Amino acid sequence: MPDLLTGVLAAAGTSETSNLVTNLAILVLAGFVGYAVISKVPNTLHTPLMSGTNAIHGIVVLGGLLLLAEGEDLGTGTTVILFIALLFGVINVIGGFVVTDRMLEMFKTKPTPKGDAEGDA
Amino acid sequence: MQLTTPLASVLTDVDFKACLYILSFGLFIYGLSGLTGPKTAVRGNRIAAVGMVIAVVTTLLVEDFNNPVLIIVGMVLGTAIGVPAAQRVKMTAMPQMVALFNGVGGGAVALISWAEFRQTGGFDGVATYIAIFSVFSAIVGSVSFWGSNIAFGKLQGLISGGSISLGPLQLPVQALVAAGTLACGVAIVADPQSEIVIVGLLVLSAVFGLLLVLPIGGADMPVVISLLNAFTGLAAAAAGVSLDNQALIVAGMIVGASGTILTQQMAVAMNRTITSVIVGGFGGDSVAPAGGGDGEQGTVRSTSAADVAIQMAYANQVVVVPGYGMAVSQAQHAVREMAKLLESKGVTVKYAIHPVAGRMPGHMNVLLAEADVPYDQLKEMDDINGEFNRTDVSLVIGANDVTNPDARTKPDSPIYGMPILNVDESQSVIVLKRSMNSGYAGIENPLFFNPKTSMLFGDAKGSIESVTEELKVL
Repeated sequence: MPDLLTGVLAAAGTSETSNLVTNLAILVLAGFVGYAVISKVPNTLHTPLMSGTNAIHGIVVLGGLLLLAEGEDLGTGTTVILFIALLFGVINVIGGFVVTDRMLEMFKTKPTPKGDAEGDA
Repeated sequence: MQLTTPLASVLTDVDFKACLYILSFGLFIYGLSGLTGPKTAVRGNRIAAVGMVIAVVTTLLVEDFNNPVLIIVGMVLGTAIGVPAAQRVKMTAMPQMVALFNGVGGGAVALISWAEFRQTGGFDGVATYIAIFSVFSAIVGSVSFWGSNIAFGKLQGLISGGSISLGPLQLPVQALVAAGTLACGVAIVADPQSEIVIVGLLVLSAVFGLLLVLPIGGADMPVVISLLNAFTGLAAAAAGVSLDNQALIVAGMIVGASGTILTQQMAVAMNRTITSVIVGGFGGDSVAPAGGGDGEQGTVRSTSAADVAIQMAYANQVVVVPGYGMAVSQAQHAVREMAKLLESKGVTVKYAIHPVAGRMPGHMNVLLAEADVPYDQLKEMDDINGEFNRTDVSLVIGANDVTNPDARTKPDSPIYGMPILNVDESQSVIVLKRSMNSGYAGIENPLFFNPKTSMLFGDAKGSIESVTEELKVL
């Protein structure tokens, strides 16, 4: 068993097949990590959680950036497609984080009751 | 391979970049774990954002930087659209905003797969698994994009919030479209040349996305939004495998896992399976089996703001049960004002939050937090249900199905078995409602005909404000 594990980990980047295996290992582990972390989030914070994870999956913007930055002679069609993808991804990431921040700021205020007596109209 | 400086050679080194990616997804996980409590949540979200910045910068560390103008314009334009939208959106419109952001994310994944297809000449000479993962992300991304846009349209009121379906043809058509999508996918993996196939794949999965969400009614929206969020995450993870980018894999998969958990929890809270939500059920405008027509079962007692004020002012404990109606009339600030006044008269005020109240998970909590309701007055269903028998007045604001006692007592009711807030156990119940129309699920609610219940008709915000006025003069 340890041999198999070290084999899998050491094989990273050497061939396509082992790349697949490494990435699949990461995929499965990340799934369990996600499950473990998220199960602890209370109902109250589910909207910010959704909006926060929503921002994080905006990481697909990397795909657009990668293909645009590394691609030479993409051709008009592909360039347009990638540009829209980039635009979508950026909106997803930035909008997602800003909106989550706004929501969480509201939750942060006054954890104890009767903190404010008067003042806000 | 033109290395200008030693620094550049380090920065563009594959292992160095891999380490930065590991750092960035480490920050994602650490940041998300901060979301477990309201005190650490703001910081957690910002930590995740830092992770995102690192991931973006790392991606741009390439030796020959192509299309710099396009990339800068894209990022600036995206920011110029995203930031104002996120800053201006009202808290009540949060579900559709999240749906929209989710949709563009899904669209981005689908477009990236398309570009990948074009760039590799239809995955010619590329390992088969890369084509498979890319096809997967194209399908799921496209479904998520169109599904989310429909969810947005429904929540925004652009299209009917009820069920729109092909009736008995719905399932066969859906199956046919799914089969067509899969066939295109197989064709792409097998025959690497024809671009028409990937366009067909994207179009068919778009149709599938429309067919998936159009029949689902407003009451099931928390489940749908959460499900589409999981879809986009999984699509991103698949794109990560096909692009060999570990940050994408981890981030996408975490979102996929979290979306799946949330979806599951929402479904459990409605005592339904995810499948039954998707296949379509009571979420639509199908008429309730009970009653028939708009026949009323018994008498409804209508009350006035002054009576409500007196009743609550002399109560020991008032439990507010908010629902979508509170969001629609944006009554959360008015509710908070009223609660403050009640508290100054020595009344204990608590808020009972049903897991699927509103149109997205935790929707009510966000609205009440916006109105500065203290976090510890917000009670989850399991915590508050034992307290209703000690509660003098339950104030139901625009909530309906989550308080329907049929869910406990009437086995032939469509919502039978769904856990509800047991407001009917309290001394008296006041229901704020615009009219006697049945709720989103289209089911009669016997709570309204209960002798303990009195109804205060009118817009929730207006009603609460007049109650507050009455409380002031008491």
